[in-house]
Amino acid sequence: MKTLLKNREIWLLAAIVLLIGLIATRFPAFAAPGNLLRVFNDTSILIILALGQMAVILTRSIDLSMASNLAFTGMVVAMTNAAFPEIPVAILIALAMLIGAALGAFNGLLVWLLGIPPIVVTLGTLTVFRGAAFVVSGGAWVNADQMSQAFINLQRGAILGLPVLSWFAIAAIAVFYLLMTRTPLGRAIYAIGVNPTAAVYTGIDVGRTKFIAFVISGLVSGLCGYLWISRYVIASVEVASGYELTIVAACVIGGISIAGGIGSVAGAVMGALFLGIINNALPVINISPFWQLAISGAAILLAVILNARGERKKGRIILRKAATA
Amino acid sequence: MHASAPISELRQPKSAAQPRLTLAGITKSFPGVRALSDVSLALYPGQVTALIGENGAGKSTLVKILTGIYQPDAGEIRIDGAPVKLPSAHAAFENGITAIHQETVLFDDLSVAENIFLGHAPKTRLGTIDWRRMHAEAREVLDAMRAAHIDPTARLRDLGIANKHLVAVGRAMSIDAQIVIMDEPTAALSAKEIEELFLLIEFLKDEGKAILFISHKFDEIERIADRYTVFRDGEMVGEGLLAETDQRQIVRMMVGRAVDTIFPERRPTVGGPLLEVSGLSHPTEFDDISFALRKGEILGFYGLVGAGRSEVMQAIAGMTPVSAGTMTLAGVPIAPKSAADAVATGIAYVPEERGSQGVVIGLPIFQNISLPSLKRTSKHGVLRLAEEFRLARTYAERLDLRAASLSQDVGTLSGGNQQKVVIAKWLATEPKVIILDEPTKGIDIGSKAAVHAFMAELVEGGLSVIMVSSELPEVLGMSDRIVVMREGRIAKIFDNDDLDAETLVRAAAGIAA
Repeated sequence: MKTLLKNREIWLLAAIVLLIGLIATRFPAFAAPGNLLRVFNDTSILIILALGQMAVILTRSIDLSMASNLAFTGMVVAMTNAAFPEIPVAILIALAMLIGAALGAFNGLLVWLLGIPPIVVTLGTLTVFRGAAFVVSGGAWVNADQMSQAFINLQRGAILGLPVLSWFAIAAIAVFYLLMTRTPLGRAIYAIGVNPTAAVYTGIDVGRTKFIAFVISGLVSGLCGYLWISRYVIASVEVASGYELTIVAACVIGGISIAGGIGSVAGAVMGALFLGIINNALPVINISPFWQLAISGAAILLAVILNARGERKKGRIILRKAATA
Repeated sequence: MHASAPISELRQPKSAAQPRLTLAGITKSFPGVRALSDVSLALYPGQVTALIGENGAGKSTLVKILTGIYQPDAGEIRIDGAPVKLPSAHAAFENGITAIHQETVLFDDLSVAENIFLGHAPKTRLGTIDWRRMHAEAREVLDAMRAAHIDPTARLRDLGIANKHLVAVGRAMSIDAQIVIMDEPTAALSAKEIEELFLLIEFLKDEGKAILFISHKFDEIERIADRYTVFRDGEMVGEGLLAETDQRQIVRMMVGRAVDTIFPERRPTVGGPLLEVSGLSHPTEFDDISFALRKGEILGFYGLVGAGRSEVMQAIAGMTPVSAGTMTLAGVPIAPKSAADAVATGIAYVPEERGSQGVVIGLPIFQNISLPSLKRTSKHGVLRLAEEFRLARTYAERLDLRAASLSQDVGTLSGGNQQKVVIAKWLATEPKVIILDEPTKGIDIGSKAAVHAFMAELVEGGLSVIMVSSELPEVLGMSDRIVVMREGRIAKIFDNDDLDAETLVRAAAGIAA
């Protein structure tokens, strides 16, 4: 199992390298280190969101409300910044994470206490959160000239030659890696994804663990709300509309099983990078946006087919064991 | 006549008709386990044959072979003397074999008539379903069964279990099934519904159907069956006419076996009461359960499937809320609300289903073992992998776990070694009381002996063990005392000296001595 997972991530890495190589044959500058770092920076928000989604998917759930959460939180912090430019950006970031986590907790409570399927809960809050963004803003935009310089420029600063936005992603990767592999919570998330019944017998509270996963996905959505708004310097109700599916796609391409329990931080990151590369490269090598969608879609299907094959192999082992029992 | 001919053919009374269905020399193995070994069975038209045997005797495997779900490794199935193959459930259906299960397998959201005619609905000339005819024919079938109270257009969901059984039988009638298997059909029925079911079985007999009736309840078998077949450990050990035998003889056939397992020699040093359970009750599963587990004791729990043993254990382990009753552990009142609570107080419950409730396949061995002990192996909320490995290695060695590496997926282990991982996982929580629910179910003889030896070692080390087991030799061979449960209540608590298997089975089945 572990070697299988490793293999899967090595395959994904190979696919990414191959993709970069292919693009480089048409447009050599793409593969230059500086450009690859730019692509990484451009994909940072997707990476952070995919990590949050991964925590949820591993528990056999899904969070479709992430993009709406992002839009609402982004709108609130942008409006706060416009109204009170003297509030430090660090506080606004904390506020964004807090609001995002609260929205995630709302999802989590409905899943935990009422036992409603996550896909239904978050399909509902997908609309509710975006609607709330409309309500707080009255449909108005917050434009660049209303935002403070600190608000806009924080992520554009450089530390050790890398933009701060990239550092956000790197920090998220590190935190999630530790969370998933070095904490009891991470272990519980995997355990309830693989075998919820056994997890209950082991004393793991399945509902509570799912709740925490939703709080995590909400928290990163909130954080990305700030990052998104300050990157594209406009806050509107339509921000990141439909992006929830891109986040799920990154996870699926990264080998995170929609059935739960299988997946890793490395997978989520590479899944996001794969999409980031396609989105950045196809325009420069003059492929029409229509093809971009088709190519992204094909990548998702291919990933699903490969993962399904991997899991079938695992299934056979289970069957053999079940027959022995 | 050939020596291996089924006994049924030898013993069959001359007056009886030819069997409708005959099984001869049926053998079915799963890796490591022989579920059925050269068994024979005969079902006669217009007669009910009761299939009797302990849990694990091979009854379910036989039903699955008859309904085309499993393929026998060897042997022959004959219908009206002609050999048939049943490669699929559909083939069994085509051959007129139908099964009615404990929980009827029908479609809740379809109507009664649709359920009866699913797959063979009357069609119009255009190929669409002829609803009028389907409802009329369903009406006829139900009327013939004296089930006039069932409306063919009603949704199945709105019917009680007894009426669902009637619909299942109606389906059998509609395809003119000649062989009807009833797998513990009374398990979920009330006394009145059971009476109705028996009327229905009488009707099926009058229609000349051959019926296989599986039940744990002797009073039902006496009441309805004409013949019996007894299975034990996957072998057919006796059959005949019920009129020519009595319950004592059947019980003897069920349990009488060669001793093929050697249990560890034990000199129990039993101390004072450790876990005291008093008046534990649940609204539907069990009532007034009182017993005391003493320090250093193995307390066996025996009973038929559905006697409520596992449910009681789940309550003690904090998994099921109780409606009344108290528990004390070493004199201190406890009321665990979750498995985590129970583990914290020192009670570990090793559940019955190793695959679905025990191991977490997909996680490596060491992570399985440390899963309930993560609080102890982490510091400031951070896991210490070295600590986890040390814990896992300690218990893996104590249990003599055979694995190449503790990092390998637990799914790659054999059943016996998986069971060791599950037990190791719970021992690592350092419990005072460990509850083992069917600890050797479905594992090979060697692993069984290892688990038994280990249990003996545990109690010598001062741990107290509750062992739920349906295997008589195991219960008798390992327990210091035995609690027998029947229909959610404690029937009797025996001291295990000079106790014989028949006494236990009689207590479990509620047969007077």
